[in-house]
Amino acid sequence: MANMAAGVTGLYNAEFMDHVNHPDYKYQMDGATFTHEGVNPSCGDELTFSVRMADDGTIDEAAYQGHGCAISQASADMMSDLMVGKTPAEAIELCRLFMAMVRGEETNDERIEELEDAAMLRDISHMPARVKCAELAWRTLSEMLEANALPTVAASTDSDSE
Amino acid sequence: MLSESQLKDIEQSPYKKDFPLLAKNPGITFLDSAATSQRPEAVLAAERDFYETMNANPLRGLYRLSVAATAAIEDARNHIASFIGATDEAGKPQGSQVVFTRNASESLNLVANSLGRSVLRPGDEVVISIMEHHSNIIPWQQVCAATGAKLVYLRLDDDYAITQQEIEEKIGPRAKIVSVTHVSNVLGVENDIPAIAARAHEMGAYMVVDGAQSVPHLKVNVRELNCDLMAFSAHKLGGPMGIGVLWGKSEILDQMPPFLTGGEMIDSVTETGAVWAPVPQKFEAGTQDAAGSYAFDADLTYLEGLGMERIEQRERELACYLCDSLAALDYVDVIGPRDGSRHVGAVAFNVHGIHPHDVSSILDGSGICIRAGHHCAQPLLSYLDVQMGSTCRASVAFYNDKADIDRFINGLDTVWTIFNG
Repeated sequence: MANMAAGVTGLYNAEFMDHVNHPDYKYQMDGATFTHEGVNPSCGDELTFSVRMADDGTIDEAAYQGHGCAISQASADMMSDLMVGKTPAEAIELCRLFMAMVRGEETNDERIEELEDAAMLRDISHMPARVKCAELAWRTLSEMLEANALPTVAASTDSDSE
Repeated sequence: MLSESQLKDIEQSPYKKDFPLLAKNPGITFLDSAATSQRPEAVLAAERDFYETMNANPLRGLYRLSVAATAAIEDARNHIASFIGATDEAGKPQGSQVVFTRNASESLNLVANSLGRSVLRPGDEVVISIMEHHSNIIPWQQVCAATGAKLVYLRLDDDYAITQQEIEEKIGPRAKIVSVTHVSNVLGVENDIPAIAARAHEMGAYMVVDGAQSVPHLKVNVRELNCDLMAFSAHKLGGPMGIGVLWGKSEILDQMPPFLTGGEMIDSVTETGAVWAPVPQKFEAGTQDAAGSYAFDADLTYLEGLGMERIEQRERELACYLCDSLAALDYVDVIGPRDGSRHVGAVAFNVHGIHPHDVSSILDGSGICIRAGHHCAQPLLSYLDVQMGSTCRASVAFYNDKADIDRFINGLDTVWTIFNG
């Protein structure tokens, strides 16, 4: 109980609030390669996420628009920063890692550090009602890339069949 | 605004000691009783007492333990009837008018599926209000879709009231069932059920009341409300979770077909059919939560010991203080009447520019429990055009005190400071 309370209080710290109040990636992107919308109907969180792909197949630019709780918005900003320069396969893997972290399934510090700023959301795992908020951006990006960007990459990593 | 003597009255709660969770956790500020109340020691002791001294399957057995379990249920029925004023001319409680369900939602599903499906015809109207909880909306949507009846909504005026004009316009000759909440779980306002019931009966319609938010806070009397059926849940007034009530007039319950079928709700069964047991057993298929009924009985004894008039008075003062304190914050919008005396238990509000989920999460860091979200009343929030279809809601019960509300208001200051420096 005490730990949970500390987690909640610690989450809304200055670094987190900076992503909420001064987001670097919240804008309308011109010339997006892909755009995808995500919603949490029960929260009213709405997010439109866009990426522009570079010629080498990596994410050149990431941006989002929308509204919702601070956690969904900050999470989208942290994710955008992380994704620039990643291939779709790397991005999808980071999305999986993030979702495992906020669900409490991934607790390895070294793995979690790969998420950079987004690692500060690990305490969401103690706030089950907020998992959906934190995941919204990551779920949206992952769905978008899996539907649009993966086939070209899959050709080079097709050994991984399930 | 409260007077000096009223403020003094709510200064400190003499009741928290009766509630083990509150007594053992002074760090918890519980302001979510509209979702579920805390439970007094008397209820916890009664649950244990049942399983230690009278545990057997009620109704079936021919031995003394089973007879004791059966008596626990039947005594509870009579106590509940007396508590809500379901008595005959001589003042005798009508326990047979009390049907046990799991909760108010199940009670309303029972009415919609049993009464609704047997009386509704294409072109008939079911009238509900825009401030209903989903459990008094969705069952009617389903039954209307199945029968060809039309669902009609009573709307609110700018002062969050259902006017007499609205009642007369919407409840017309085609209305067959009117089902309205006594108190809104979001706005906290009380509807004029006697006025709505009078119009419903004038048009030949049945009057159903959702009492989930009123029975815990007001001295409710079904005869004064002039309703035909009323649903409520035990867990919102100190009783166990998983026990609900459907009260109905005998002549209506007698006519209604069963909702759930199976064990203990029949007189006889053949290969091709069955004869139903009399009311209330007709509506109670399967083994009932006898311990829950027994504990709810003990809960009512506890509440009556305090006095429902006293509880109602104290809760009105608390709700008034809560509403006044919120309205005094320039960064808060109260969603509902500004007049605190119109709030029964609950006050909904939003903090400017901050999502309700963030408000609730940050308050939780200080042990303060409030509800945030759509409160199972999405049509109301979209009718009121509330930002993001979501609000915060703080709600009180008699065990709260002024200090709880002051801590909550301080917590809101923290929320505001985190977001705005």
